[in-house]
Amino acid sequence: MILLQLYWEFFKTGLFTIGGGLATLPFLYEMQAKTHWFTVNDIANMVAVSESTPGPMGVNMATFTGFTIAGIPGGIIAPLGLITPSIIIIILVANILERFKTNKYVQYAMYGLRAASTGLIFVAGLSVAQIAFLQTDLFAQTHNMADLFQPMAIIFGILLFIVYKVTKKHPILYILGSAVAGMVLLL
Amino acid sequence: MKELWTLFITFARIGGFTFGGGYAMLPMLQKEVVENRKWATEEELMDYYAVGQCTPGIIAVNTATFIGYKRKGIIGGIIATLGVVAPSLVIIMIITAFIKNFAQLEMVQHALAGVRVCVCVLVFDAVFKLARKSLVDATAFLIFFLVMALSFFTDIPTYLLVISAGLAGIIVKVIFEKTKKSEEAGS
Repeated sequence: MILLQLYWEFFKTGLFTIGGGLATLPFLYEMQAKTHWFTVNDIANMVAVSESTPGPMGVNMATFTGFTIAGIPGGIIAPLGLITPSIIIIILVANILERFKTNKYVQYAMYGLRAASTGLIFVAGLSVAQIAFLQTDLFAQTHNMADLFQPMAIIFGILLFIVYKVTKKHPILYILGSAVAGMVLLL
Repeated sequence: MKELWTLFITFARIGGFTFGGGYAMLPMLQKEVVENRKWATEEELMDYYAVGQCTPGIIAVNTATFIGYKRKGIIGGIIATLGVVAPSLVIIMIITAFIKNFAQLEMVQHALAGVRVCVCVLVFDAVFKLARKSLVDATAFLIFFLVMALSFFTDIPTYLLVISAGLAGIIVKVIFEKTKKSEEAGS
């Protein structure tokens, strides 16, 4: 019974979440208030674990919640609930898009959408850069320009960029290498 | 059957190494889906991202469903999506069950700091690749710039930015078409 309820709660979350993983957060707070399946403290822990592990954040949070409440079945059912609306809606949209993709106006809209997409991904890159290369917390306290930058991370980033452009191997290799580099250099 | 398995494995590999939101998937999608497998073009990838931002659900999941559906219909859409979430399920359940305070471990934090630098490098490289295909003229560049600035400096919801960009594309192109026609009629 709890599994069915889990599926339904996350189905609703998947249906009303638009955008990235953190957009699931308000729904988790609401779910907490309604069901008391977990505490507010658990949510903070969920976010921390989801951010430190690979995979889409929303899926990670659903798995974490489901597993905490109902073990392995819960850990499988909750993310399945989350992705069901996506699958249905995207298949419908893809179908329509396929049918009208030669339409003049659809192509005009896509011209605008592609430019927008590029802008949004650029901004996403900027927000990662903020966390990766700057220490805004420390700077807010000291107001010392030297505290704003993380020189080690910046040097590592420049070197990595050069190596990536020269060697052009699979992105996974650089991600693994950077995890090791992070541990060795204590970034 | 074999192609469905390839879909599943390819998306599982992508899901297993995506740190951060759906945008962090982009470099891997370009490598695996566009370059290696040729399942979609760079332009189609951008369309999926843009549409995935305005439809319910997590972007990473939406993009996987899109590409899977395009390859192998409804079953392909489901298999690709299950692939992209499968690593999350396994990893989160193992960590939750066995490693307390995973996110607080110092070594995990150092590894993540390294990974963030790498994600940043990969995402910016991916954006420049996209920009060559999407920013085809001055108007497209203007849309890109406006979306970027509004997304970075204001709280306007992403889906509104994307929808406005689509409308702007239609309006600009239609006006351009009309002036061209009247010029031709005049001369």
